[in-house]
Amino acid sequence: MEKQSKLLPDTGPVDDQGREILLELEHVDISFGKGSDQVRAVKDASFCIYKGETFSLVGESGSGKTTIGRAVIRVNPCSGGRILYKGVPISGKLSKGLERQVIRSIQMVFQDPAACLNERATVEYIISEGLYNFHLYENEADRRQKVEQIIRHVGLLPEHLTRYPHEFSGGQRQRIGLARAMVMRPELVIADEPISALDVSVRAQVLNLMKQFQQEQNVTYLFIAHDLSIVRFISDRIGVIYKGDIVEIAEAEELFAYPLHPYTRSLISAIPIPDPKLEKSKVLLTYDPAVHDYSREQPKLTDIGNGHLVFGSGEELRQYRAIREKNVPLKTVLFKTQEQQNVPEQRTGTVERQERSERPVYDTGSRWYTAGAFLLPPIGFIAGAVFRRFRYMRCYHACKRGAVAGLVTLGAIAGTFCAALLLSVL
Amino acid sequence: MEKRKVLLSVQDLHVKFRVRGRQLHAIRGISLDFYEGESVAIVGESGSGKSVFTKTFAGLLEANGAICQGSILFYDDKPVDLSKLHKPRQWQQLRGGRIATVFQDPMTSLNPVLTIGKQITSVIQKHQDCSPTQARARALEMMEKVGISQPEKRFDDYPFQYSGGMRQRIVIAIALSCQPRILICDEPTTALDVTIQAQILKLLKELQKEFGYTIVFITHDLGVVANIADRVAVLYAGQIVELGTAEEIFYDPRHPYTWALLSSLPQLARGNTRLYSISGTPPSLYNRISGDPFAPRNPYCLKIDRVQEPPLFQVSDTHFAKTWLLDPRAPKVEKPELIRDLHQKLLREYGIEGA
Repeated sequence: MEKQSKLLPDTGPVDDQGREILLELEHVDISFGKGSDQVRAVKDASFCIYKGETFSLVGESGSGKTTIGRAVIRVNPCSGGRILYKGVPISGKLSKGLERQVIRSIQMVFQDPAACLNERATVEYIISEGLYNFHLYENEADRRQKVEQIIRHVGLLPEHLTRYPHEFSGGQRQRIGLARAMVMRPELVIADEPISALDVSVRAQVLNLMKQFQQEQNVTYLFIAHDLSIVRFISDRIGVIYKGDIVEIAEAEELFAYPLHPYTRSLISAIPIPDPKLEKSKVLLTYDPAVHDYSREQPKLTDIGNGHLVFGSGEELRQYRAIREKNVPLKTVLFKTQEQQNVPEQRTGTVERQERSERPVYDTGSRWYTAGAFLLPPIGFIAGAVFRRFRYMRCYHACKRGAVAGLVTLGAIAGTFCAALLLSVL
Repeated sequence: MEKRKVLLSVQDLHVKFRVRGRQLHAIRGISLDFYEGESVAIVGESGSGKSVFTKTFAGLLEANGAICQGSILFYDDKPVDLSKLHKPRQWQQLRGGRIATVFQDPMTSLNPVLTIGKQITSVIQKHQDCSPTQARARALEMMEKVGISQPEKRFDDYPFQYSGGMRQRIVIAIALSCQPRILICDEPTTALDVTIQAQILKLLKELQKEFGYTIVFITHDLGVVANIADRVAVLYAGQIVELGTAEEIFYDPRHPYTWALLSSLPQLARGNTRLYSISGTPPSLYNRISGDPFAPRNPYCLKIDRVQEPPLFQVSDTHFAKTWLLDPRAPKVEKPELIRDLHQKLLREYGIEGA
C-alpha cells in the first residue's frame, strides 16, 4: 500500500473555486480505423469531473459517449490529448504499478446485466474476483465478510452467494454488477447505461442504490445515458454530446433552465411527459445541424459564465451569452394551444416527389447478365430483347452492353486472325 | 360516448406454457375489446404477460404454449375466432396482411442478407395480388410515407446501411404495406434514442390518421403511453388490473399498482429525494395464486386481498379496476401524495399557468 501511494496522490488538483478535480480530459481525440476509413468517434473532448459528484454524458447512440467511458477505463486508446486522473496522466503507456492502481480505483458498471456477468461463476466468485486480483483482504474470513457486507448492501442475501447469475432477475443481476464494482472501494465509477435494460420499478431501485453509495462512500460517478429524465434526477452536472462533439456542459438544473445549444433543446423536448394532455399537445423540436454556419470560424466549447459551457462559433456564443444574461429560464417544451391543435399539421419529412421509373423488383441489372452476354453474344441479344419486352430496363442494358462487348471482342479476334492469315499467306 | 365498432374482442383468455414438465399460467383470464381506429397501450413489468397476450392475436405463441380457454374474435369482413386457428395456412392469410407486428429490435426483425426493397415487396406480393412492378411502386410509396428520403436510391440497400431509427421505419413500412386492421407494436422504441423515439411515435400517429388501423402498443414507459394511447390497460401477473382512458389512468388511477407505477416516474422526483420503488418481485406464475396477486407488495393491502381475488369494479363507463379498495365496505384510501394533482404538478414544472 505504501509503495502505491507514491504513484497516485491522495487528492487531485484543486481548481480556482476550491473543487477537487478527480478526472480531467484534455482535448481527447479517439478515432477508429486507418486512412480513409478512419472515424473520429470523439473530437477534442475536454471536461473535468469533480470529486463526489455525478457527471452525466447524454447523447444519441453513436455519439461517442460510451467511447469516452471506455477510454477512461483504458479500454480504448486515445489518439490525441490526454486523460488525467488526480493530476496524473492515465492515457497511453503506464508503469505496471500505476496501471494496477488505476484499474482498482476506476470501476465500471455495464449496460446489459444479462451479458456482463460470468455465467459459469458463482455470485461469490464474481464479486470477489477483484479482491483476489488485488489481494485486498487479510484472510479468507475477511474476504467473506467483505462480500457478505456488500451483498446485503445491495439488497440481496448472503445465501444468494452460492447461486449462479442465471438464477436472478435483471434488476438483481444489475445489483450484483454494482456490488462487484463497489466492493473494490473505487473512487470513480463509470456507469454505462446501467438502467436502460431495466423495468421502471427496478430502475428506481438501482438508482436509489447508486445514490446511497455516493452518500456513504463519496464515490464519483460518470453516468452515461440517453434518457434525460433520469439523468436530471441523478446528476450534478450534465454534458451533452452530439456526433463526437461535446456541445454543452452545465449543472443539471442550469441545463434544464437554459438549454442554449439547439441540440440540447431538441433532446429536452423529446422527453416524454407522463401526462396525456400535455404530451399530446407538445411541440417536438428537431435539431438540424445545418443551422450552424461554421464555414468562417471553427466552433469551440467555451465557458459563458455560471459554469455553463457551450459549443459554437463567436457569433453564436455572443447570442448564447445574451440569452443567458437575461436570466429568464427558457421555455424548451412548448405546447400547442387549442386552436393550433385543430389545425392539421404539415407532414414532416416528406421530400418533393421524385420522378420515378416504373421498375420491376427483380430488375437488378446484375453484372452476371453482362458477363453471360459477353461470353455468348447471340443469346445475350435474345435475352436482352426478352428483358426489353417485359420492361426490365436495367437487365436489358446489362445484357446489351455485354453482348455488344462480346461481339466486338469476337470481331477483333477474328479480324486479328484474318490479318495474321493474310500476312502468313503473303 | 359514440358507439364504435369493435374490431377485436378477447373474452376470458387463458394461456398456459409447459416448461420442463411444469405449467406456467401466463395469461389468467383477460377480457378486452379493441375498437376500430383507437390506440390501446398495454403496460406492465417484464413477465406480466403483455407480450404473450399480443402474440395470441398473431398466432406467434411459442410451441410449448397454448390457449386453453377463452376466445379471440376478430371482426374482419366476417368474424374469425383466432383462438381456434391452428393450421399455419389459415394464419398466413391474416398475419402480415390483416394483423401486423412491429418488434422491439429492428436489427433482429429484418433479414440482414436481403435488400430492403425485396423485404418490403415480398410482403406486398404475398398478400396482394399484384405484379412485381406494382409491388415495387407500392413499396417506394410506403418508404416515402414513413419518411425515408430518396426511396429510389435506398431501395436496393441492405439493413446494415440504415441507422437504427431508419430501420425501425422500414419495419413499420413493411407492417403497414398491406393496410392491416391491427398494428401490434411490441416495445418498438425501447431500443431507440429519445429523439428518434419521439419521431417514430409521431409517425405512427400520423399514419394512423391516414390508414385508420388500431394500434396495440406494448411498453413499460409511461411517458410513451401518455403520448400514444387513447386507452390504457395495466397488466399484472397475467391479468388486467386497471383499464381506462389515458386521462383516467393518469389523473384518476384507482389500483395501488398503477399508483406505484406512476410514483416511480423520475420526472416526479427531485435531486435529493429517493425515487419511489415497488418492493418485492412479481409472483411466480408456476404456482396457483390465491387472492390478489399484488397483495404481498401492496402497502394498502386489506385482509381479504390475501383470501379472495377481487372482481373488476367499474368506476366509470370506460374505467375498470381490480382491487378490493373500490368495494363499498373497504376503508377509504387516498392515492399517494406524490401523484395527486399530477397534471397541475407537471404544468408547474413546465412553467405553464393553469391551462
